[in-house]
Amino acid sequence: MKTDAKQQIMAMNGDEAVAYAVKQSNVDVVAAYPITPQTIIVEKFSEYVANGEVPTQFVCTESEHSAMAASIAASATGVRAFTATASAGLALMHEMLFVASGCRVPVVMAVANRALSAPLNIHGDHSDAMAERDSGWIQIFVENAQEAYDSIIQAFRIAESKNVSLPILVGLDGFTLSHTLENVTTLVDDVAKEFVGERELPLVQTHEGKSAPFKLDPKNPMTMGPIALQNYYFEFKRQQEEGMKNALSVIEKVHAEYAELTGRSYGNGLIEKYQLDDAEFAVVCVGSTAGTLKTVVDEIRAEGIKVGLLKLRTFRPFPVQEIQKALAEVSLVAVFDKSMSFGGNGGAVFHEVRHALYDNAAHPLIVDYVYGLGGRDTNPKEFKKIFHELHQIARSKRVEKLVSYIGLRE
Amino acid sequence: MATTQEWKFTAKEIAEKPDLFLPGHRACAGCGPANALRMIMKATRGPTIVTEATGCMEVVSSIYPYTSWAVPWLHTAFETSAANASGIDAALRILKQKGKLQEHVDVIAIAGDGGTFDIGLQALSGAVERGHDFLFVLYDNEGYMNTGIQRSGGTPMGAATTTTPAGSVMPGKLQHKKPIADIMVAHNMEYVASATPYYWKDMLQKVRKGLEVEGPAFLHVFAPCPRGWRSESAKSIEYEKLAVESCVFPLYEVVNGQYTLSTPSKLISLAPQKKRPVTDYLKGQGRYRHLFNPKNKYVLDEIQRWTDERWTILLKKAEQNA
Amino acid sequence: MSSKDKGWKEIAPAGVTPKSSVGFMTGDWKTYMPVRDLEKCTTCMMCVLYCPEGCIRWRPEMGKIEIDLSFCKGCGICANECPTKAITMKLPEKEE
Repeated sequence: MKTDAKQQIMAMNGDEAVAYAVKQSNVDVVAAYPITPQTIIVEKFSEYVANGEVPTQFVCTESEHSAMAASIAASATGVRAFTATASAGLALMHEMLFVASGCRVPVVMAVANRALSAPLNIHGDHSDAMAERDSGWIQIFVENAQEAYDSIIQAFRIAESKNVSLPILVGLDGFTLSHTLENVTTLVDDVAKEFVGERELPLVQTHEGKSAPFKLDPKNPMTMGPIALQNYYFEFKRQQEEGMKNALSVIEKVHAEYAELTGRSYGNGLIEKYQLDDAEFAVVCVGSTAGTLKTVVDEIRAEGIKVGLLKLRTFRPFPVQEIQKALAEVSLVAVFDKSMSFGGNGGAVFHEVRHALYDNAAHPLIVDYVYGLGGRDTNPKEFKKIFHELHQIARSKRVEKLVSYIGLRE
Repeated sequence: MATTQEWKFTAKEIAEKPDLFLPGHRACAGCGPANALRMIMKATRGPTIVTEATGCMEVVSSIYPYTSWAVPWLHTAFETSAANASGIDAALRILKQKGKLQEHVDVIAIAGDGGTFDIGLQALSGAVERGHDFLFVLYDNEGYMNTGIQRSGGTPMGAATTTTPAGSVMPGKLQHKKPIADIMVAHNMEYVASATPYYWKDMLQKVRKGLEVEGPAFLHVFAPCPRGWRSESAKSIEYEKLAVESCVFPLYEVVNGQYTLSTPSKLISLAPQKKRPVTDYLKGQGRYRHLFNPKNKYVLDEIQRWTDERWTILLKKAEQNA
Repeated sequence: MSSKDKGWKEIAPAGVTPKSSVGFMTGDWKTYMPVRDLEKCTTCMMCVLYCPEGCIRWRPEMGKIEIDLSFCKGCGICANECPTKAITMKLPEKEE
């Protein structure tokens, strides 16, 4: 893809890439609380603020709960708000995540995905974000620091799109991405700023009978976050679902526009297919593991085994149709889950993929592999072994274990 | 700097000012907090944004599709009114900085005793420490009334609530009320004050002073709940007066750490014989009925002792600054 | 729920409230209603200030105080606080 946009290569870890993208996105308010492995984002951003490099109000709150409350309130006042967290911080925000989506405020949040206590563990897995899958947030998971940068820039456009108007979470794997230095190609400030644009507010009807921009404004008083009981609560939840549905095409559209501008794309923005077209069986994963698996797919392909990868970039809204289409021809699907749903017979991604494929005319066999909890490394060799195992399952068409664990000591 | 200007609010002036907290709200008959908020909103000085914690006043004023707020109003959760104020303040600052907002907008965060003494204390402490420009109004009806009269850190000793019932071995709540205003004073705030609607002029002046402060200000408003106090709905305002006259709820201001008694309490300090026994205030409230059983007299004695002690401490603080 | 309640496509997002509660009458909550002896009323405004409902209003153009019974919940604060005892709480006379 050709691009005219002027870009520059910078050496940054994932957290720095996020902070840099936020710096370029004309963000008005950042309200956040530090937590490993997200800390670098707030530290880096604090430097920008301290050096006068950004015209942003930085509110260093006393907790993540307040960080989210302040982000919601700032966004409700009509400005652009960003926050970042991880693990326990996201869990502490839990209540407010539902408030954010229910209040339809397009807050953008980076989550440096990390395990949840107990036992305490600071390393990367997806337990934190997966526990928030029903919170009404759009969720995008990235593969590398480059995608973290690109996705944050896109996130503002997606969240603020008038027919979406929902908060968005961009997940980057703790330490694997947050702390690992990479070359990141960045837009120059003006181009990034222009791409993100100004926040446009939808018009709503107020109790004074006026049609006014959706914000707390003494000129057009409106009541936000009221109590809605049996007679209306359900309707508001249905509205949110519509926003989510609309997000599917908006994510694709914004992604395509960005690809046009930068020359970088991640599938269609919802899913990314790798060697999937003629694959006999497929693996599905979320996040940085996709990078490892692409290499493993190449190596397995070199052995003459037809395997493909589906990288799930957008987890919420779940791109059901794209997945149904992408996996229509395979006889076996293996899902790699970096979190547990205790007692749920498999991880969150597994549930979702299996649910999506139920409607396919020919059901493939679907198995789940839970891996990497608490940051445990899963190396290409181990994945290779799994791929060979999968090859056998695909041949025998017999699944002995629905859910397996990679690299776990018995 | 907190201003010492005295606004001459006259009853007619206030009566003529349009309500910003509108009729048609669903507060119980005789609701002290509803009266307090209606009056407090009359002391606003211009464009104002209100954010409110979950609680009685939030619920009764925003039952969809109706709102009782003539000003922009946001509710997010129980423990978040000060955190919301932080976000609104930050947003207003950046709008001003970018030239998108010219006029000054006041921010008022409102919470009940649950949202202030208990679940909201952390957010309040954080927002005050960060120095956001907002007035925090605590309407203290001394319990979780919205959920059916449970004890809070603001419930006084001896009061029967549904989680501190008056039983055969426990005489209602065993602990005294948390000294919330002192806790806020310890934050080195520019302005902390106590008020109650019976002394409406005093309260409105304090609201206005709190708004004038460029930074956080805290107003502790005593507001009876006839439902939760098991008191007559007609007597809500009367109990506000009795609470002040018995020194259960003294009225004072703390400007940059300097305590000053407000006139109604000042008069009692000058004529101690006017100080009424706490029983004058407690009797008639159903929540304290069990205390008048002779076996619980020790609780009444302890309430009086504690009230006197707190009053003496307050007098000393006010004297030191005189 | 009633048939007047709107569908999800018709309402503003996020619960932005379309009506003022001034359209929600709470007057039928009351048992007792305030009845005034206008001879005793000094228009001191205490009933106006202490009413939790804001349904007692000063009408400067008419020089008098009006009680809007369509919001009055009958709490009796106005009667209790009136310094000249110009207000009494009475059961409304039943209409035949």
